[in-house]
Amino acid sequence: MEAFDYAKPSTLNEALQLATEANGGALMLAGGTDVIVQLREGRKSCSLLIDIKAIDEVNEFSCNEDGLTIGSAVPVYLITANEAIRSAFPGLVDAIGLVGGTQIQGRASVGGNLCNSSPAADTIPALIAHQATAVIAGPKGTREVAAEDFCVAPGQNVLEQGEILLSIKVPPQPSNGGAHYLRFIPRNEMDIAVVGVGACIELDESGDNFVSGRIAVGAVAPTPLYVPEAGEALAGQPVNDETIEKACAAAKAAAKPISDMRGSAAQRIHLTGVLTKRAINKAVERARQ
Amino acid sequence: MSSETSGSNGYKVIGTRPIRHDGIDKVIGRAVYGQDVSLPGMLHGAILRSPHAHATIKSIDTSEAEAHPGVKAIITARDLPALADQLSDLGENVVNLRDVSTNILAAGKALYHGHAIAAVAATTLNAAQEAVQKIKVEYEVQQPVLSVQDALAPDAPLLNPENKTKSLGEDTEEPSNIASYYQHKKGDIDKGFEDADVIFEREFDTATVHQGYIEPHNVVAQWNADESVIIWCSTQGSFTVQSQVADLLNMPVSRVRVIPTEIGGGFGGKVQVYIKPVAAVLSKHTGRPVRMVMDRHEVFQATGPAPGSNIKIKLGATNDGKLVAAYAYLAYEAGGFAGSVVGAAGTCVFACYDIPNVQIDGYDILCNKPKTSAYRAPGATNATFCTEAVIDEICEKLEIDPLEFRKRNGAKEGVSRADGPTYDRIGYIETLEAALAHEHYSAPLGDAPEGKARGRGVASGFWMNFAGQSAVNINVNGDGTVTLVEGSTDIGGTRASIAMQAAEVLHLEAEEVRPLVVDTEAIGFTEVTGGSRTTFATGLAAIEAAKDTLNKMKERAAKMLEVEADDIEYSNKVFSCKSNPEKKHTFQEVAEKTGQTGGPVVGSATTSPPSHGPAMATHIADVELDLETGKVDVIRYTAVQDVGKAIHPSYVEGQLQGGAAQGIGWALSEEYVYDDEGHLLNSSFLDYRMMTSLDLPMIDTVLVEVPAADHPYGVRGVGEVPIVPPPAAVANALYRAAGVRMEKLPMSPKNVLEAMGKI
Amino acid sequence: MSKKIHVQTTINGEEIDFLCEPRNSLLEVLRDNLKLTGSKEGCNNGNCGACNVIMDGRLVNACCVLGVEAEGADITTIEGIAEPDCLHPVQQCFLEDAALQCGVCTPGFIVSAKALLDSNPDPSEYDIRYWFAGNLCRCTGYDKIVRAVQHAAERKRETADV
Repeated sequence: MEAFDYAKPSTLNEALQLATEANGGALMLAGGTDVIVQLREGRKSCSLLIDIKAIDEVNEFSCNEDGLTIGSAVPVYLITANEAIRSAFPGLVDAIGLVGGTQIQGRASVGGNLCNSSPAADTIPALIAHQATAVIAGPKGTREVAAEDFCVAPGQNVLEQGEILLSIKVPPQPSNGGAHYLRFIPRNEMDIAVVGVGACIELDESGDNFVSGRIAVGAVAPTPLYVPEAGEALAGQPVNDETIEKACAAAKAAAKPISDMRGSAAQRIHLTGVLTKRAINKAVERARQ
Repeated sequence: MSSETSGSNGYKVIGTRPIRHDGIDKVIGRAVYGQDVSLPGMLHGAILRSPHAHATIKSIDTSEAEAHPGVKAIITARDLPALADQLSDLGENVVNLRDVSTNILAAGKALYHGHAIAAVAATTLNAAQEAVQKIKVEYEVQQPVLSVQDALAPDAPLLNPENKTKSLGEDTEEPSNIASYYQHKKGDIDKGFEDADVIFEREFDTATVHQGYIEPHNVVAQWNADESVIIWCSTQGSFTVQSQVADLLNMPVSRVRVIPTEIGGGFGGKVQVYIKPVAAVLSKHTGRPVRMVMDRHEVFQATGPAPGSNIKIKLGATNDGKLVAAYAYLAYEAGGFAGSVVGAAGTCVFACYDIPNVQIDGYDILCNKPKTSAYRAPGATNATFCTEAVIDEICEKLEIDPLEFRKRNGAKEGVSRADGPTYDRIGYIETLEAALAHEHYSAPLGDAPEGKARGRGVASGFWMNFAGQSAVNINVNGDGTVTLVEGSTDIGGTRASIAMQAAEVLHLEAEEVRPLVVDTEAIGFTEVTGGSRTTFATGLAAIEAAKDTLNKMKERAAKMLEVEADDIEYSNKVFSCKSNPEKKHTFQEVAEKTGQTGGPVVGSATTSPPSHGPAMATHIADVELDLETGKVDVIRYTAVQDVGKAIHPSYVEGQLQGGAAQGIGWALSEEYVYDDEGHLLNSSFLDYRMMTSLDLPMIDTVLVEVPAADHPYGVRGVGEVPIVPPPAAVANALYRAAGVRMEKLPMSPKNVLEAMGKI
Repeated sequence: MSKKIHVQTTINGEEIDFLCEPRNSLLEVLRDNLKLTGSKEGCNNGNCGACNVIMDGRLVNACCVLGVEAEGADITTIEGIAEPDCLHPVQQCFLEDAALQCGVCTPGFIVSAKALLDSNPDPSEYDIRYWFAGNLCRCTGYDKIVRAVQHAAERKRETADV
């Protein structure tokens, strides 16, 4: 590994100061399960590694009638074990629980998964479907960015020099809403998603019709993909196979996957349709409960 | 109950399940593996590897690297002695030493992505790795050859313009990527196919796979002022490391001492040397011990995987289910240097069956991938995948139960193979009968959940098992225990099974025989731990050494009892006089007094058995297929095998389960993925996908015991054949679930969807 | 090479301090600085679990933690699993049930199994297999490992009830 310096600021301001002074040479360390491996393999480099885990704001999380807030360094096991979050945001917990095996879950954070900005990241399609926003702190103050706008290219995002992801906010879900995230992998765990689909839907009082839907697909484009057309195909339509099939077709049409060592383009387009259908069906089941 | 053992057990120790002697150290983390060895003043080595799959090396400039802080030495191929063509026997395959030398440090050409070009020794590993980055190499990149088909194309680039095909044992004049060609024939296959009522001819492609041992290659080498070297390493064979290093560095074997540490898996991949001679030379140049440990990327890129292959099988049978003709075309990738295991493949491809007319054509093909190596029953799994699938088609066509068909055609004592040998007593038919009788075979598959389908398949497999030389010494301790000294590095519990055989002869408890695995200076020549030979051959030496020890103890007892030695009989730890049974001493009493009866008692023996019977197996697999995604899960698995005699049944079961797990990974998800330029893309455990605990069911085992004729307890090597049937068993099960026959390995979700026509 | 940092931590109940560079992983520090070589390197990228330790109550891959992150932490390695005079039930069951062959993955599995049983005293087969997805074994096919953990769980529950 290339050498770097290490700092563990205890306040946000201290962290922002260090990040600015590093002049583009700083990387943030939360759980480290991505960044340590990347530094070791020379895929990333830095002159200063800033460990943010001593900063209060990034370690807090809350779940109440205003929605969900997850500090960017909160390890995923705390989220998936939290009863309130599991019952209010099951579709999000689906995704968060897939970030690596047991050992990774002890360290990795949702914020880190978002900042790593892999096109195949598991949390991001679910965050997009849930209308999450990223809260970013920087030298010029705080700003918010919608989850679907956060990633700009494989491994790259909107964070500018000197900025730090503070937290992720998720609005409360409607009472007739349901959500699900699932992915396809060749084994049963420990794989990067070949395709991942997050779906949030809202049904009307009768439960027989969609009011709205948000569908996002991972690993089929340079960034996790929000597919508004898929949601539009559901809005106001009856809950049946035909409607869902239209949403799937929209998702498949939007997908622009590559062929790589994890899957072929044709396979990914096919799986987009399969997983969109399964995600929506499960979301509907949850909405009706 | 996970296992049934169908033999009788009149033994005291054999067939029991004591805790292995090295167990405690291994569960508390105290056992010393190669990467744990540390010496004062030790330097760390790192290797510069080729970023290109096929390139001529125009120049290497190490000057900037040499100036890097902490660097003590840098070497390239020119620092290794020049060698003539010379063959070295590695146990399960034979290699050309000049190729081994060029493989460990490239001379003139980089022949695969990751080929070692130069090595650096420095005070820290980070310093060595930083210095590696500063070595400047000028390459002239050439088009790579990445498959059998690529290699055989008329305009294929030549990996080695000097290579001319050795055809049927004769040199030819044709420069080619075909390193060699052989043929086996039996009977007349043209006539055989004429007589057949049904004929199936199929072509298959299998991907390169790796042994996947969890512990990477490692070495600590210490060069000494007297021009000798000591090597600590994890290896399947200390003596083969000794001879390879001695040959590669032009030294007498006695100047190379190899001290084996515990070994974290080998499966055939830790026989050939890679970094050991390099570390030795770095130590020579620096005067300090040098440690080198491969990282996981290097293990995948630059150690020998199992060959990918292109295989054609044609089988003919009569309507009453008799195989009458069999043809195999086996083209195996050797990698950058000649010497794949295609020869062994030819032995195994039809070995389970009694077929009167056979022809096998085998080709060893050069390509720009790492030099392939042995992997658990090397060559057999690829070939068996194909044969067993075609047999399954024949069974379906003729409407004969697949196990019954195999019984009708199964090899037995007296049957001979196309490659020559005739079988002694073997237990193949017994494995079929045990499989037929097993509850798994008749159990309902159960309903698949919506969107999924289930199927059950069977397949058989064969591996030839090796004999080889072993030496064992036994020292009698003053407290009535014995120490057993042997040279077979222990990968799976063999020191226990070897100790148990000696204990049986000596009427001692397993715990009273303390096994030690020692280095090349402390024991006589012992062949590699491989070829499924260890419990068999080193066990034979242990038995003979125990008999020798017992004879000597009888003499001591006779002395103590003042009778003739032939008046002494021994039973259950007691020496007594036949003429007067009241006169007796325990083994311990005799052991306490050896100092007064003539000195220490040491028994010894060596063995080089003339034969070692083969291993045969039959497996049953149930799979569940997700019809929309192509994902296959193995939901139930039973491995039936003729094990001869299970010395320690738990560790025999473990061999069946471990081999089956590797075979299932080979079947479903393991493969080397290359880009068009020959870069290996998936050189990590993330994307080289081995089965995790969540991907496998419990693996039931049936140990059929048909005692082998060449061992007093009937032991037959068990370690390798378990990997052979799984890909075919899974493929045959998948056919019944999906309605498609897979012609490719792995049967990954993508390949299954393509075969089903869904993408 | 950057300036070394002085780290104070607790390992297997003992207060320990060491010097390391920021880029040294916890695994490197354990093995090279502290000579605790029980934790193994299998992949160095968080996929095999051979380096597992328990850090502040969580099972982690030591290759994915920096040595400097051990500051103030409470770490248990394989060397700290057994009592001075007896093995942990998981270790004993691994031996009795022959749940190891080459043994190199065993330290990682033992630490992982201890963490599992501390959090779930009665895991199902699925729970065990899911927990172990990040611990690779190439020798055993996992069958005997799963059974050993089931036995250890039973044994722990029995002694807890007494």
